[in-house]
Amino acid sequence: MADLLTLPEAVSSYVRSGHSVALEGFTHLIPFAAGHEIIRQGLTDLTLIRMTPDLIYDQMIGCGCAKKLVFSWGGNPGVGSLHRLREAVEKGWPRPLEIEEHSHSAMAHAYAAGAAGMPCAVFRGYRGSDLAKVNPRISSITCPFTGETLSAVPSLRPDISIVHAQKADRAGNVLVAGIVGVQKEAVLAAKRAIVTVEEIVDDLGTTGSNATVLPSWTVTAVVLAPGGARPSYAHGYYARDNAFYTAWDGISRDRDRFRQWIDANVMRVPSAAGRSGA
Amino acid sequence: MTYTAAEMMTVAAARALTNTDICFVGIGLPSAACNLARLTHAPRLTLVYESGTLETRPNVLPLSIGDGELCETALTTVSVPEMFQYWLQGGRITVGFLGGAQVDRFGNLNSTVVGDYRSPKVRLPGSGGATEIATACQRIYIVMRHNPRAFVERLSFQTSLGHGPTGRERRALGVTTEGPVLLVTDLCTMRPDEETNEFQVVTLHPGVTDGQVRENTGWPIRFAARIDETPAPTAEELTALRDLNERTARAHGVTAGE
Repeated sequence: MADLLTLPEAVSSYVRSGHSVALEGFTHLIPFAAGHEIIRQGLTDLTLIRMTPDLIYDQMIGCGCAKKLVFSWGGNPGVGSLHRLREAVEKGWPRPLEIEEHSHSAMAHAYAAGAAGMPCAVFRGYRGSDLAKVNPRISSITCPFTGETLSAVPSLRPDISIVHAQKADRAGNVLVAGIVGVQKEAVLAAKRAIVTVEEIVDDLGTTGSNATVLPSWTVTAVVLAPGGARPSYAHGYYARDNAFYTAWDGISRDRDRFRQWIDANVMRVPSAAGRSGA
Repeated sequence: MTYTAAEMMTVAAARALTNTDICFVGIGLPSAACNLARLTHAPRLTLVYESGTLETRPNVLPLSIGDGELCETALTTVSVPEMFQYWLQGGRITVGFLGGAQVDRFGNLNSTVVGDYRSPKVRLPGSGGATEIATACQRIYIVMRHNPRAFVERLSFQTSLGHGPTGRERRALGVTTEGPVLLVTDLCTMRPDEETNEFQVVTLHPGVTDGQVRENTGWPIRFAARIDETPAPTAEELTALRDLNERTARAHGVTAGE
Protein backbone atom coordinates (compact mmCIF):
# COMPACT_ATOMS: atom_id res chain seq x y z
CA MET A 1 0.00 0.00 0.00
CA ALA A 2 1.29 3.43 -0.91
CA ASP A 3 2.07 5.88 1.89
CA LEU A 4 0.92 9.48 1.51
CA LEU A 5 4.07 11.50 2.10
CA THR A 6 5.36 15.02 1.50
CA LEU A 7 7.79 15.47 -1.37
CA PRO A 8 10.84 16.00 0.90
CA GLU A 9 9.85 12.93 2.92
CA ALA A 10 9.37 10.76 -0.15
CA VAL A 11 12.67 11.78 -1.79
CA SER A 12 14.71 11.54 1.43
CA SER A 13 13.15 8.16 2.29
CA TYR A 14 13.57 6.45 -1.05
CA VAL A 15 16.14 8.17 -3.30
CA ARG A 16 19.83 7.68 -2.51
CA SER A 17 22.99 9.02 -4.14
CA GLY A 18 24.21 6.37 -6.58
CA HIS A 19 20.71 5.07 -7.38
CA SER A 20 19.44 4.42 -10.87
CA VAL A 21 16.44 6.73 -11.19
CA ALA A 22 13.79 7.01 -13.90
CA LEU A 23 11.68 10.19 -13.91
CA GLU A 24 9.34 9.38 -16.78
CA GLY A 25 6.54 11.15 -18.66
CA PHE A 26 6.57 11.47 -22.45
CA THR A 27 6.46 15.29 -22.88
CA HIS A 28 3.32 15.11 -20.73
CA LEU A 29 3.32 14.79 -16.89
CA ILE A 30 7.07 15.25 -16.45
CA PRO A 31 7.78 15.15 -12.68
CA PHE A 32 9.60 18.50 -12.40
CA ALA A 33 8.73 19.10 -8.73
CA ALA A 34 10.31 15.76 -7.77
CA GLY A 35 13.40 16.48 -9.90
CA HIS A 36 13.81 19.84 -8.18
CA GLU A 37 13.53 18.19 -4.75
CA ILE A 38 16.35 15.78 -5.76
CA ILE A 39 18.48 18.82 -6.69
CA ARG A 40 17.65 20.54 -3.37
CA GLN A 41 18.57 17.43 -1.39
CA GLY A 42 21.97 17.41 -3.10
CA LEU A 43 21.81 13.82 -4.36
CA THR A 44 24.71 12.85 -6.63
CA ASP A 45 26.14 9.99 -8.71
CA LEU A 46 22.69 9.13 -10.02
CA THR A 47 22.19 7.07 -13.14
CA LEU A 48 19.38 9.02 -14.77
CA ILE A 49 17.09 7.05 -17.09
CA ARG A 50 14.59 8.78 -19.39
CA MET A 51 13.64 8.39 -23.05
CA THR A 52 13.69 12.18 -23.53
CA PRO A 53 15.90 13.84 -20.88
CA ASP A 54 13.97 17.09 -21.49
CA LEU A 55 14.51 20.21 -19.35
CA ILE A 56 14.28 18.30 -16.06
CA TYR A 57 17.40 16.20 -16.71
CA ASP A 58 19.14 19.21 -18.33
CA GLN A 59 18.64 20.92 -14.95
CA MET A 60 19.72 17.90 -12.88
CA ILE A 61 22.79 17.27 -15.10
CA GLY A 62 23.74 20.97 -14.92
CA CYS A 63 23.53 20.75 -11.11
CA GLY A 64 25.91 17.78 -11.05
CA CYS A 65 23.39 15.16 -9.87
CA ALA A 66 24.21 12.58 -12.55
CA LYS A 67 27.17 10.34 -13.34
CA LYS A 68 25.39 8.51 -16.17
CA LEU A 69 22.47 9.10 -18.52
CA VAL A 70 20.45 6.40 -20.29
CA PHE A 71 18.36 8.02 -23.02
CA SER A 72 17.06 7.91 -26.58
CA TRP A 73 16.39 11.54 -27.62
CA GLY A 74 18.21 14.40 -25.94
CA GLY A 75 16.80 17.61 -27.36
CA ASN A 76 14.56 20.48 -26.28
CA PRO A 77 11.40 19.48 -28.20
CA GLY A 78 10.65 21.85 -31.07
CA VAL A 79 13.36 24.26 -29.84
CA GLY A 80 16.83 22.71 -30.26
CA SER A 81 19.58 21.44 -27.99
CA LEU A 82 19.73 20.71 -24.29
CA HIS A 83 22.75 22.90 -23.54
CA ARG A 84 23.55 21.53 -20.07
CA LEU A 85 23.51 17.96 -21.43
CA ARG A 86 25.66 19.03 -24.39
CA GLU A 87 28.20 20.79 -22.20
CA ALA A 88 28.45 17.75 -19.92
CA VAL A 89 29.05 15.46 -22.92
CA GLU A 90 31.24 17.82 -24.94
CA LYS A 91 33.24 19.47 -22.10
CA GLY A 92 32.66 17.38 -18.97
CA TRP A 93 31.02 20.31 -17.09
CA PRO A 94 30.13 20.34 -14.24
CA ARG A 95 31.37 16.74 -14.27
CA PRO A 96 31.90 14.10 -16.95
CA LEU A 97 28.71 12.29 -17.92
CA GLU A 98 28.72 8.69 -19.12
CA ILE A 99 26.02 8.09 -21.69
CA GLU A 100 24.19 4.91 -22.70
CA GLU A 101 22.31 5.80 -25.86
CA HIS A 102 19.39 3.92 -27.38
CA SER A 103 16.50 4.43 -29.77
CA HIS A 104 12.96 5.13 -28.51
CA SER A 105 11.82 1.69 -29.62
CA ALA A 106 14.60 0.02 -27.62
CA MET A 107 13.85 1.97 -24.42
CA ALA A 108 10.10 1.42 -24.74
CA HIS A 109 10.70 -2.31 -25.17
CA ALA A 110 13.23 -2.29 -22.28
CA TYR A 111 10.73 -0.71 -19.87
CA ALA A 112 8.04 -3.18 -20.93
CA ALA A 113 10.51 -6.05 -20.39
CA GLY A 114 11.37 -4.66 -16.96
CA ALA A 115 7.69 -4.49 -16.04
CA ALA A 116 7.32 -8.09 -17.21
CA GLY A 117 10.22 -9.24 -15.03
CA MET A 118 12.29 -10.26 -18.06
CA PRO A 119 16.10 -9.93 -18.19
CA CYS A 120 16.09 -8.44 -21.67
CA ALA A 121 13.88 -7.06 -24.41
CA VAL A 122 13.83 -8.67 -27.85
CA PHE A 123 12.68 -6.63 -30.82
CA ARG A 124 13.31 -5.84 -34.46
CA GLY A 125 15.57 -2.81 -34.23
CA TYR A 126 18.89 -1.06 -34.79
CA ARG A 127 19.22 -2.50 -38.29
CA GLY A 128 21.92 -0.58 -40.14
CA SER A 129 22.39 1.85 -37.23
CA ASP A 130 25.81 2.79 -35.82
CA LEU A 131 24.22 2.94 -32.34
CA ALA A 132 24.85 -0.80 -32.04
CA LYS A 133 28.58 -0.14 -32.63
CA VAL A 134 28.97 2.46 -29.87
CA ASN A 135 26.70 0.98 -27.19
CA PRO A 136 27.95 -2.44 -25.94
CA ARG A 137 24.57 -3.03 -24.28
CA ILE A 138 22.93 -3.41 -27.68
CA SER A 139 23.21 -7.05 -28.71
CA SER A 140 21.36 -9.60 -30.82
CA ILE A 141 19.66 -12.95 -30.42
CA THR A 142 18.54 -15.57 -32.92
CA CYS A 143 14.89 -16.57 -32.98
CA PRO A 144 14.87 -20.34 -32.25
CA PHE A 145 11.79 -20.82 -34.44
CA THR A 146 12.52 -18.78 -37.57
CA GLY A 147 16.28 -18.15 -37.39
CA GLU A 148 15.70 -14.39 -37.68
CA THR A 149 18.34 -12.20 -36.03
CA LEU A 150 16.67 -9.83 -33.56
CA SER A 151 17.99 -7.03 -31.38
CA ALA A 152 18.29 -7.47 -27.64
CA VAL A 153 18.83 -4.87 -24.93
CA PRO A 154 18.85 -5.37 -21.15
CA SER A 155 15.53 -4.64 -19.50
CA LEU A 156 15.29 -1.42 -17.49
CA ARG A 157 14.99 -2.07 -13.74
CA PRO A 158 15.47 1.29 -11.99
CA ASP A 159 16.12 1.43 -8.25
CA ILE A 160 13.33 3.99 -8.23
CA SER A 161 10.88 5.38 -10.77
CA ILE A 162 9.14 8.70 -10.22
CA VAL A 163 6.13 9.74 -12.30
CA HIS A 164 3.51 12.48 -12.09
CA ALA A 165 -0.21 11.70 -12.54
CA GLN A 166 -3.56 13.46 -12.43
CA LYS A 167 -5.01 11.97 -9.30
CA ALA A 168 -4.81 9.42 -6.55
CA ASP A 169 -7.52 8.26 -4.18
CA ARG A 170 -7.02 8.14 -0.41
CA ALA A 171 -5.95 4.50 -0.61
CA GLY A 172 -3.12 5.52 -2.97
CA ASN A 173 -4.50 4.14 -6.24
CA VAL A 174 -3.33 6.35 -9.12
CA LEU A 175 -5.04 7.45 -12.35
CA VAL A 176 -2.95 8.48 -15.39
CA ALA A 177 -4.82 9.95 -18.38
CA GLY A 178 -4.03 11.50 -21.76
CA ILE A 179 -0.64 10.69 -23.27
CA VAL A 180 0.31 7.89 -20.86
CA GLY A 181 3.82 7.42 -22.26
CA VAL A 182 5.78 4.78 -20.37
CA GLN A 183 4.56 5.71 -16.86
CA LYS A 184 2.93 2.37 -16.13
CA GLU A 185 5.90 0.36 -17.40
CA ALA A 186 8.40 2.59 -15.54
CA VAL A 187 6.53 2.10 -12.24
CA LEU A 188 6.10 -1.65 -12.66
CA ALA A 189 9.75 -2.10 -13.76
CA ALA A 190 11.23 -0.32 -10.72
CA LYS A 191 12.10 -1.67 -7.28
CA ARG A 192 10.21 1.29 -5.76
CA ALA A 193 8.01 4.04 -7.18
CA ILE A 194 6.99 7.53 -6.10
CA VAL A 195 3.97 9.13 -7.79
CA THR A 196 3.31 12.86 -7.47
CA VAL A 197 -0.28 13.89 -8.24
CA GLU A 198 -2.33 16.99 -8.99
CA GLU A 199 -5.03 16.09 -6.49
CA ILE A 200 -6.17 13.47 -4.06
CA VAL A 201 -9.83 12.50 -4.38
CA ASP A 202 -12.32 10.21 -2.69
CA ASP A 203 -13.09 8.25 -5.86
CA LEU A 204 -11.08 7.95 -9.08
CA GLY A 205 -14.32 7.30 -10.98
CA THR A 206 -12.73 4.57 -13.06
CA THR A 207 -14.84 1.59 -12.05
CA GLY A 208 -15.83 -0.37 -15.14
CA SER A 209 -13.55 1.60 -17.46
CA ASN A 210 -10.23 0.70 -19.05
CA ALA A 211 -8.44 3.74 -17.67
CA THR A 212 -4.74 3.49 -16.87
CA VAL A 213 -4.74 2.88 -13.12
CA LEU A 214 -1.77 1.97 -10.94
CA PRO A 215 -3.06 0.04 -7.92
CA SER A 216 -1.74 1.36 -4.60
CA TRP A 217 0.15 -1.91 -4.01
CA THR A 218 2.40 -1.10 -7.02
CA VAL A 219 3.35 2.33 -5.66
CA THR A 220 5.64 3.03 -2.69
CA ALA A 221 4.64 6.64 -1.99
CA VAL A 222 2.03 9.07 -3.26
CA VAL A 223 2.76 12.80 -2.94
CA LEU A 224 0.32 15.65 -3.45
CA ALA A 225 2.17 18.09 -5.73
CA PRO A 226 -0.25 20.36 -7.60
CA GLY A 227 1.50 21.96 -10.58
CA GLY A 228 4.26 19.36 -10.12
CA ALA A 229 4.63 18.79 -13.86
CA ARG A 230 5.10 22.45 -14.85
CA PRO A 231 6.43 23.63 -17.30
CA SER A 232 5.31 20.39 -18.97
CA TYR A 233 1.59 19.81 -18.68
CA ALA A 234 -1.11 17.81 -16.94
CA HIS A 235 -3.96 16.91 -19.25
CA GLY A 236 -7.19 18.32 -17.81
CA TYR A 237 -5.33 20.65 -15.38
CA TYR A 238 -2.92 22.97 -17.21
CA ALA A 239 -1.27 23.38 -20.61
CA ARG A 240 2.36 22.97 -21.60
CA ASP A 241 4.30 26.20 -21.08
CA ASN A 242 5.74 26.28 -24.60
CA ALA A 243 7.07 29.81 -24.07
CA PHE A 244 9.20 28.57 -21.14
CA TYR A 245 10.57 25.68 -23.22
CA THR A 246 11.61 28.29 -25.79
CA ALA A 247 13.06 30.62 -23.11
CA TRP A 248 15.06 27.73 -21.61
CA ASP A 249 17.28 27.80 -24.70
CA GLY A 250 18.65 31.20 -23.65
CA ILE A 251 18.72 30.49 -19.90
CA SER A 252 20.63 27.24 -20.30
CA ARG A 253 23.24 28.38 -22.85
CA ASP A 254 25.25 30.25 -20.24
CA ARG A 255 26.62 28.62 -17.06
CA ASP A 256 26.09 31.68 -14.86
CA ARG A 257 22.61 32.38 -16.12
CA PHE A 258 21.74 28.73 -15.59
CA ARG A 259 23.06 28.78 -11.99
CA GLN A 260 21.17 31.98 -11.23
CA TRP A 261 17.99 30.43 -12.57
CA ILE A 262 18.46 27.28 -10.46
CA ASP A 263 19.25 29.36 -7.41
CA ALA A 264 16.13 31.54 -7.77
CA ASN A 265 13.71 28.89 -9.01
CA VAL A 266 14.84 25.67 -7.32
CA MET A 267 17.19 26.23 -4.37
CA ARG A 268 15.36 29.17 -2.80
CA VAL A 269 11.93 27.72 -3.34
CA PRO A 270 10.60 25.84 -0.33
CA SER A 271 9.20 22.45 -1.19
CA ALA A 272 5.82 24.12 -1.55
CA ALA A 273 4.44 21.36 -3.70
CA GLY A 274 5.23 18.85 -1.01
CA ARG A 275 2.48 19.47 1.52
CA SER A 276 0.94 16.30 2.79
CA GLY A 277 -2.23 15.18 1.11
CA ALA A 278 -3.51 13.21 4.04
CA MET B 1 1.24 34.81 -54.85
CA THR B 2 4.91 35.10 -53.92
CA TYR B 3 6.28 32.47 -51.57
CA THR B 4 9.47 31.50 -49.73
CA ALA B 5 11.80 28.56 -50.40
CA ALA B 6 10.72 27.08 -47.08
CA GLU B 7 7.05 27.25 -48.12
CA MET B 8 7.89 25.57 -51.43
CA MET B 9 9.63 22.76 -49.53
CA THR B 10 6.70 22.15 -47.18
CA VAL B 11 4.19 22.21 -50.05
CA ALA B 12 6.28 19.81 -52.17
CA ALA B 13 6.56 17.39 -49.24
CA ALA B 14 2.83 17.62 -48.48
CA ARG B 15 1.91 16.71 -52.06
CA ALA B 16 3.58 13.29 -51.72
CA LEU B 17 1.00 12.17 -49.13
CA THR B 18 -2.33 10.58 -50.06
CA ASN B 19 -5.70 9.83 -48.47
CA THR B 20 -4.78 6.15 -48.04
CA ASP B 21 -1.48 6.77 -46.24
CA ILE B 22 -0.94 6.04 -42.57
CA CYS B 23 1.88 8.38 -41.74
CA PHE B 24 4.30 8.37 -38.77
CA VAL B 25 5.04 12.06 -38.20
CA GLY B 26 8.11 13.75 -36.75
CA ILE B 27 8.16 17.26 -35.27
CA GLY B 28 9.13 20.32 -37.31
CA LEU B 29 9.14 20.21 -41.11
CA PRO B 30 7.46 16.78 -41.35
CA SER B 31 4.63 17.84 -39.03
CA ALA B 32 3.94 20.98 -41.07
CA ALA B 33 3.93 19.02 -44.34
CA CYS B 34 1.68 16.24 -43.02
CA ASN B 35 -0.89 18.64 -41.59
CA LEU B 36 -0.85 20.77 -44.74
CA ALA B 37 -1.63 17.63 -46.77
CA ARG B 38 -4.54 16.86 -44.44
CA LEU B 39 -5.86 20.43 -44.77
CA THR B 40 -5.64 20.42 -48.58
CA HIS B 41 -5.67 17.44 -50.96
CA ALA B 42 -5.65 14.53 -48.48
CA PRO B 43 -8.31 15.11 -45.78
CA ARG B 44 -8.47 11.38 -44.93
CA LEU B 45 -4.69 11.06 -44.41
CA THR B 46 -4.07 9.23 -41.11
CA LEU B 47 -1.44 10.83 -38.87
CA VAL B 48 0.30 8.94 -36.07
CA TYR B 49 2.73 10.56 -33.61
CA GLU B 50 5.16 8.54 -31.50
CA SER B 51 3.59 9.86 -28.29
CA GLY B 52 0.88 7.25 -28.91
CA THR B 53 -1.73 9.42 -30.60
CA LEU B 54 -3.50 7.53 -33.40
CA GLU B 55 -5.43 9.34 -36.12
CA THR B 56 -4.81 12.78 -34.72
CA ARG B 57 -6.14 16.01 -36.30
CA PRO B 58 -4.39 18.91 -34.61
CA ASN B 59 -5.76 22.38 -35.28
CA VAL B 60 -2.33 23.91 -34.62
CA LEU B 61 1.12 22.38 -35.11
CA PRO B 62 2.47 20.82 -31.91
CA LEU B 63 5.72 22.23 -30.52
CA SER B 64 6.61 18.86 -29.00
CA ILE B 65 5.77 15.34 -30.06
CA GLY B 66 3.45 14.99 -27.07
CA ASP B 67 1.48 18.25 -26.96
CA GLY B 68 -2.00 17.96 -25.47
CA GLU B 69 -3.45 19.10 -28.81
CA LEU B 70 -2.41 15.75 -30.35
CA CYS B 71 -4.19 13.72 -27.69
CA GLU B 72 -7.32 15.88 -27.61
CA THR B 73 -7.83 15.54 -31.39
CA ALA B 74 -6.87 11.85 -31.70
CA LEU B 75 -9.17 8.90 -32.32
CA THR B 76 -7.39 7.21 -29.42
CA THR B 77 -4.10 7.34 -27.55
CA VAL B 78 -2.02 4.26 -26.74
CA SER B 79 1.06 3.87 -24.54
CA VAL B 80 4.50 4.48 -26.00
CA PRO B 81 5.56 0.79 -25.77
CA GLU B 82 2.35 -0.18 -27.59
CA MET B 83 3.05 2.45 -30.26
CA PHE B 84 6.49 1.04 -31.01
CA GLN B 85 5.51 -2.63 -30.61
CA TYR B 86 2.12 -3.07 -32.31
CA TRP B 87 1.81 -0.06 -34.56
CA LEU B 88 5.34 0.64 -35.85
CA GLN B 89 7.08 -2.75 -35.54
CA GLY B 90 3.79 -4.48 -36.40
CA GLY B 91 3.99 -2.98 -39.90
CA ARG B 92 0.88 -0.77 -39.78
CA ILE B 93 2.58 2.41 -41.06
CA THR B 94 2.81 3.17 -44.80
CA VAL B 95 4.96 6.32 -44.70
CA GLY B 96 7.56 7.54 -42.25
CA PHE B 97 8.66 11.17 -42.54
CA LEU B 98 12.23 11.82 -41.40
CA GLY B 99 14.85 14.55 -41.32
CA GLY B 100 18.26 14.83 -39.70
CA ALA B 101 21.39 16.92 -39.40
CA GLN B 102 23.11 15.04 -42.23
CA VAL B 103 22.02 12.91 -45.19
CA ASP B 104 24.18 11.11 -47.73
CA ARG B 105 23.55 10.17 -51.37
CA PHE B 106 21.79 6.93 -50.37
CA GLY B 107 19.40 8.56 -47.91
CA ASN B 108 21.21 7.38 -44.78
CA LEU B 109 20.65 9.84 -41.93
CA ASN B 110 22.65 11.20 -39.01
CA SER B 111 20.89 12.79 -36.04
CA THR B 112 23.43 11.73 -33.37
CA VAL B 113 26.80 13.54 -33.52
CA VAL B 114 29.00 15.61 -35.82
CA GLY B 115 32.60 14.47 -35.39
CA ASP B 116 33.74 11.54 -33.28
CA TYR B 117 31.09 9.82 -31.12
CA ARG B 118 33.26 9.80 -27.95
CA SER B 119 34.40 13.42 -28.29
CA PRO B 120 31.88 15.05 -30.60
CA LYS B 121 32.21 18.45 -32.21
CA VAL B 122 28.43 18.77 -31.96
CA ARG B 123 26.22 16.55 -29.85
CA LEU B 124 22.82 16.25 -31.59
CA PRO B 125 19.60 14.96 -29.94
CA GLY B 126 19.98 11.36 -31.15
CA SER B 127 17.69 8.75 -32.66
CA GLY B 128 14.39 9.18 -30.91
CA GLY B 129 12.07 7.04 -33.00
CA ALA B 130 14.04 7.47 -36.22
CA THR B 131 16.17 4.30 -36.22
CA GLU B 132 13.18 1.94 -36.25
CA ILE B 133 10.92 4.28 -38.26
CA ALA B 134 13.56 4.04 -41.01
CA THR B 135 13.19 0.27 -41.30
CA ALA B 136 9.61 -0.48 -40.16
CA CYS B 137 7.55 1.88 -42.35
CA GLN B 138 6.78 0.74 -45.88
CA ARG B 139 8.33 3.89 -47.38
CA ILE B 140 10.38 6.83 -46.08
CA TYR B 141 10.15 10.44 -47.22
CA ILE B 142 12.97 12.75 -46.14
CA VAL B 143 12.57 16.52 -45.86
CA MET B 144 15.63 18.70 -45.14
CA ARG B 145 17.02 22.16 -45.91
CA HIS B 146 19.62 21.93 -48.65
CA ASN B 147 23.15 23.00 -47.70
CA PRO B 148 26.63 21.45 -47.96
CA ARG B 149 26.90 20.84 -44.18
CA ALA B 150 23.75 18.72 -44.29
CA PHE B 151 24.16 16.98 -47.68
CA VAL B 152 27.48 15.26 -47.08
CA GLU B 153 29.79 12.83 -48.84
CA ARG B 154 30.21 10.81 -45.63
CA LEU B 155 28.06 10.80 -42.48
CA SER B 156 29.80 11.27 -39.12
CA PHE B 157 27.39 8.67 -37.73
CA GLN B 158 24.69 6.56 -39.35
CA THR B 159 21.74 6.84 -36.96
CA SER B 160 19.12 5.58 -39.39
CA LEU B 161 19.47 3.28 -42.36
CA GLY B 162 18.59 4.60 -45.79
CA HIS B 163 19.78 2.35 -48.60
CA GLY B 164 23.07 1.76 -46.74
CA PRO B 165 26.64 3.00 -47.27
CA THR B 166 26.84 1.46 -50.77
CA GLY B 167 23.12 1.72 -51.54
CA ARG B 168 22.58 -2.05 -51.29
CA GLU B 169 22.58 -2.91 -47.59
CA ARG B 170 18.86 -3.14 -46.81
CA ARG B 171 18.29 -6.65 -48.10
CA ALA B 172 21.50 -7.99 -46.57
CA LEU B 173 20.33 -6.70 -43.18
CA GLY B 174 17.00 -8.50 -43.56
CA VAL B 175 15.06 -5.27 -44.06
CA THR B 176 12.13 -5.82 -46.40
CA THR B 177 10.62 -2.32 -46.54
CA GLU B 178 11.39 0.11 -49.38
CA GLY B 179 13.40 2.74 -47.50
CA PRO B 180 13.79 6.35 -48.65
CA VAL B 181 11.95 6.95 -51.94
CA LEU B 182 11.69 10.75 -51.87
CA LEU B 183 13.93 13.56 -50.64
CA VAL B 184 12.42 17.06 -50.61
CA THR B 185 14.57 20.15 -50.02
CA ASP B 186 14.12 23.89 -50.35
CA LEU B 187 15.78 23.68 -53.80
CA CYS B 188 14.53 20.49 -55.44
CA THR B 189 13.01 17.04 -55.11
CA MET B 190 15.07 13.87 -55.52
CA ARG B 191 14.32 10.18 -56.01
CA PRO B 192 16.67 7.19 -55.85
CA ASP B 193 18.02 5.72 -59.09
CA GLU B 194 16.27 2.40 -59.78
CA GLU B 195 19.55 0.50 -60.17
CA THR B 196 21.93 2.12 -57.68
CA ASN B 197 19.54 3.69 -55.13
CA GLU B 198 21.60 6.91 -55.36
CA PHE B 199 19.40 9.98 -54.97
CA GLN B 200 19.18 12.13 -58.09
CA VAL B 201 17.40 15.39 -58.75
CA VAL B 202 14.07 14.91 -60.55
CA THR B 203 12.51 18.37 -60.18
CA LEU B 204 13.94 21.83 -59.53
CA HIS B 205 11.79 24.34 -57.67
CA PRO B 206 10.86 27.40 -59.80
CA GLY B 207 13.82 29.77 -60.22
CA VAL B 208 16.40 27.29 -58.87
CA THR B 209 19.37 26.40 -61.11
CA ASP B 210 21.23 23.10 -61.25
CA GLY B 211 24.35 25.07 -60.23
CA GLN B 212 22.70 26.07 -56.95
CA VAL B 213 21.91 22.44 -56.19
CA ARG B 214 25.52 21.42 -56.97
CA GLU B 215 26.94 24.17 -54.73
CA ASN B 216 24.75 23.08 -51.85
CA THR B 217 25.44 19.35 -52.10
CA GLY B 218 28.59 17.84 -50.60
CA TRP B 219 28.89 15.06 -53.19
CA PRO B 220 28.84 15.21 -57.02
CA ILE B 221 25.05 15.25 -57.31
CA ARG B 222 23.42 13.45 -60.25
CA PHE B 223 20.47 14.75 -62.23
CA ALA B 224 17.81 12.53 -63.83
CA ALA B 225 17.75 12.35 -67.64
CA ARG B 226 14.67 14.53 -67.60
CA ILE B 227 14.31 17.38 -65.07
CA ASP B 228 10.91 19.00 -64.56
CA GLU B 229 10.07 22.16 -62.71
CA THR B 230 8.30 21.57 -59.37
CA PRO B 231 4.84 23.13 -59.76
CA ALA B 232 4.77 26.37 -57.74
CA PRO B 233 2.59 26.40 -54.61
CA THR B 234 -1.04 27.20 -55.42
CA ALA B 235 -2.94 29.99 -53.70
CA GLU B 236 -4.97 27.35 -51.86
CA GLU B 237 -1.83 25.58 -50.58
CA LEU B 238 -0.18 28.82 -49.48
CA THR B 239 -3.30 30.11 -47.74
CA ALA B 240 -3.77 26.83 -45.87
CA LEU B 241 -0.09 26.75 -44.82
CA ARG B 242 -0.01 30.38 -43.69
CA ASP B 243 -3.27 30.03 -41.76
CA LEU B 244 -1.86 26.94 -40.03
CA ASN B 245 1.37 28.76 -39.14
CA GLU B 246 -0.55 31.79 -37.88
CA ARG B 247 -2.81 29.66 -35.68
CA THR B 248 0.28 27.87 -34.39
CA ALA B 249 2.16 31.09 -33.61
CA ARG B 250 -0.86 32.45 -31.72
CA ALA B 251 -1.19 29.22 -29.75
CA HIS B 252 2.50 28.89 -28.78
CA GLY B 253 3.75 32.45 -28.86
CA VAL B 254 6.44 31.00 -31.17
CA THR B 255 6.52 29.51 -34.67
CA ALA B 256 6.65 25.72 -34.92
CA GLY B 257 7.76 24.12 -38.16
CA GLU B 258 7.71 26.26 -41.25
